[in-house]
Amino acid sequence: MPELDALDRAIVNRLQAGLPVSERPYAEVAAELETSEAVLLERLQRLLDERVLTRFGPLYDAERLGGAFALCAMAVPEARFDAVAEQVNALPEVAHNYRREHRFNMWFVLATEQPDDIERIADAVREQTGLPVYVMPKEREYHLRLKLEA
Amino acid sequence: MNAVPDDLRAGLDDLDRRIVLATQAGLPLVPRPFRAVAEQVGADEAEVMRRFRRMQATGIVRRIGAVPNHYALGYRANGMSVWDVDDAQVDALGEQVGALDFVSHCYRRPRHLPHWPYNLFAMVHGRDREEAERQIAVIAQLLGAACRGHDVLYSTRILKKTGLRFAGPDRD
Repeated sequence: MPELDALDRAIVNRLQAGLPVSERPYAEVAAELETSEAVLLERLQRLLDERVLTRFGPLYDAERLGGAFALCAMAVPEARFDAVAEQVNALPEVAHNYRREHRFNMWFVLATEQPDDIERIADAVREQTGLPVYVMPKEREYHLRLKLEA
Repeated sequence: MNAVPDDLRAGLDDLDRRIVLATQAGLPLVPRPFRAVAEQVGADEAEVMRRFRRMQATGIVRRIGAVPNHYALGYRANGMSVWDVDDAQVDALGEQVGALDFVSHCYRRPRHLPHWPYNLFAMVHGRDREEAERQIAVIAQLLGAACRGHDVLYSTRILKKTGLRFAGPDRD
């Protein structure tokens, strides 16, 4: 696990809240954190390189850009887990896939350009694996803002 | 076939789309990032900044920010807590759960009875499972009698993570 010092943690916390839209946004944030623009940019690059941050930039609301998304769950027999994971992961529409400790042990997110494609892809997974796929699209999102303390 | 979805075409103009495509992988780490984007999309810096302000105002851009990797920050217990909450109260309570400091995402999703009775999902992140369990106890107390049951599913392995990418006009 990468070692983070106090400045790294302050940067991660501050940048979750958002960068201002201005000509020198990094200089503004650096001043708030009592560091320089050059140091902030260098630290930010390192945090990304070390995967402390998975991403830095505009966070687009994907649904408002016209795409369709749905969380899907499957209860995969343990003996078949790896083979089914391979079948599911092979689909380009599968954006993430997590193994979770539960009878429902496979959770993946489908991302398609058109809403109708969600059921079509879920059907393809059902057909390929012979297992039920429970589609759980987001119906409502509550109070989204990240506020984890680094 | 043009791969840009209809809604994207309807809601954003061509320059907005070029800006989305140029920045979906990230904002340039240079002193004047909006000028760098402007050069990539063939516009001027002020116009790109105007577009970002507008997309933020309309909610297309949530914020220009950092997405942390919970594991790398020391959050080893990442749990999807799931709750069966009375339909009449789920929206009011969901807002309160979503506002808790340790909840990173909170959503309402459809039940699949009888296999899946849960309609409220709240992601919690603890340094260990004890900390996550304490967080879950706080949620349970907040939901009170409106909640008929709950469970927590810890992630144990990332099987795939490619992120969400939008196809550009030249791809299919």
